[in-house]
Amino acid sequence: MAFFVFINQFLRDMRSQKLRTLLTLFGIIWGTVAVTLLLAFGEGLHNQQIKDMHGLGDRIILLWSGATSIPYQGLGKGREINFKEEDAFLLQKEIKEIGQISPEYSEGNIQIKYGKNVFTQRVTGVYPVYKDLRNMIPENRGRFINELDIKERKRVVFLGDKLKNDLFKENNALGEYILINNTPFLVVGVMIKKEQNSNYSDRDAYKAVIPATTLAVMFGRRNIDNMVIKPNVPKQNEYVINRVYEVLGKKYKFDPKDKEALLIWDTAEFDKFINLLFMGMRVFLGIIGAFTLIVGGIGVSNIMNVVIEERTREIGIKMATGAKRRYILSQFVFETLLITFIGGAIGFLISWGMTAVFPLFKLEEYVGNPVFSSSVAVIAALILGLIGFLAGFFPARRAASLNPIEALRL
Amino acid sequence: MIEMKNIKKIYTIGEMRVEALRGIDLDIKKNEFISIMGPSGSGKSTLMNLLGCLDTPTEGEYLLEGERVANLHHNRLAEIRNQKIGFVFQSFNLLPYATAFENVEIPLIFRGTASRMRKQKAEELLEKVGLKDRMNHKPTELSGGEMQRVSIARALVNDPSIILADEPTGNLDSISGGEIIEVFVDLWKQGHTIAVITHDKDIAVRTQKIVKLKDGRVVDGGSSL
Repeated sequence: MAFFVFINQFLRDMRSQKLRTLLTLFGIIWGTVAVTLLLAFGEGLHNQQIKDMHGLGDRIILLWSGATSIPYQGLGKGREINFKEEDAFLLQKEIKEIGQISPEYSEGNIQIKYGKNVFTQRVTGVYPVYKDLRNMIPENRGRFINELDIKERKRVVFLGDKLKNDLFKENNALGEYILINNTPFLVVGVMIKKEQNSNYSDRDAYKAVIPATTLAVMFGRRNIDNMVIKPNVPKQNEYVINRVYEVLGKKYKFDPKDKEALLIWDTAEFDKFINLLFMGMRVFLGIIGAFTLIVGGIGVSNIMNVVIEERTREIGIKMATGAKRRYILSQFVFETLLITFIGGAIGFLISWGMTAVFPLFKLEEYVGNPVFSSSVAVIAALILGLIGFLAGFFPARRAASLNPIEALRL
Repeated sequence: MIEMKNIKKIYTIGEMRVEALRGIDLDIKKNEFISIMGPSGSGKSTLMNLLGCLDTPTEGEYLLEGERVANLHHNRLAEIRNQKIGFVFQSFNLLPYATAFENVEIPLIFRGTASRMRKQKAEELLEKVGLKDRMNHKPTELSGGEMQRVSIARALVNDPSIILADEPTGNLDSISGGEIIEVFVDLWKQGHTIAVITHDKDIAVRTQKIVKLKDGRVVDGGSSL
């Protein structure tokens, strides 16, 4: 019975001190929102970077041929290495850690034509696995280059989404013929839009992809431009690269230690770098967040302190009229808990709402979409509540342990 | 009803020992109306705090309705203050944010009285001090005399054994002060036991007995003016 009477009284006291309650509430809301959003946006940016990077491919190794820099087995240095298509199959056969590999031919400044629309873009000749290696996913009903295309050197083309838009606008491209260097090609697929923040020739969105075998014949190519390799397990990238030097070194007679004979871009390195970068950023944001919490906590404790004089007198009055110490303390605990809970809940909702609404601004491409973390929100609110509680609890306990008359005199 | 024997109160402030009370003997009988007078520094406020169980004596014995209260646990002292003592302070000591009604209700809340009973009791007492129509006003909206009536109503609300008033007219003009004196006299006539600490001779002359303090001792324990 008495419990409810007390709760009622606590609520009435809080209502009657609107300003203090509101300021404290605001401090906790602000701290919770600031910290939660800071970390949410950091996480969003990180995810976006990873996603953008994987537009090129998920932890793939790109391989170009170079020129030797170390004399080897009687051969001088400065000798150019040139890859053939079959080198890819050799590597696949020799190195069982390679999951997927595709040779790649590349021809720039190619005239691509549909009706009156003419564009000069890059044409790439590849194998079907290139689709997975480079995350080139066909839109509905379309497809990528397949084994039959390779085998029969079909004149089929898979278009980047922006190139498709340039040529066809909003119209359907599938099943239509375009001219590549005045040779008709059947459009079999269009790439779905993807984020890509790095590339080694042109953006995939502007490319026309045709079977490797078709390109080799059409342009009279004997050598490929590069290879795209993906090990079974990302951790094996380094090992695979070493093995590539050994296998190709043996075939082309160069020293496996001759780093310039092959040019390697291990995108997993970049993944590592980005992860490290964002680890650093998270620590940085965490420190900012911690300071925000401290500042917010100081705000909350200040508010608690500012009123302590008034409070002490109030405590004195209550004790003189028969309040026990535990009543005074439990009132304090109750107030702090309630304010923390309400402030935390409001902060939680604001942060959650903002992260939910943010994608509507369509800024994902630049800063990513924030990732809301409820545990961060709860922890932030709890820390603020704890600071406020400690800031108010000790003066209150001191006041409660005074003789009532001393509390009244203050 | 109240018996104090050889009560001493010594404050230690740093190295200094201040003997505020140096051995007080005091009896207050049921339905007595006494005043305690003395120059400032004579120990009358200290005595009032001890009488009201707001503070505990350094030495001596204090029986309140037969209960030894000198060294009780603070929770029991809170109950005694709540149920046996009604305070009226010079500076009123009302909660500034609560209405007159809510202020009067407070001791009932600490006693755990049910809400309906609280309402009835608080209204009854506000009516008794002539403030029924002002009960929803906050202290800032009341005059000094009205505030003191609210605090008298608050002091009475738990039917205390004794009403302790510390300079109840000290912050009031003479007209309001006079009215407050009449309220006390009426309460005494209705059977209440009252002890008033005062400089004010106008109050003292209305009491049955004047206890005079000087330098922490009773110098005159029961003369009438």
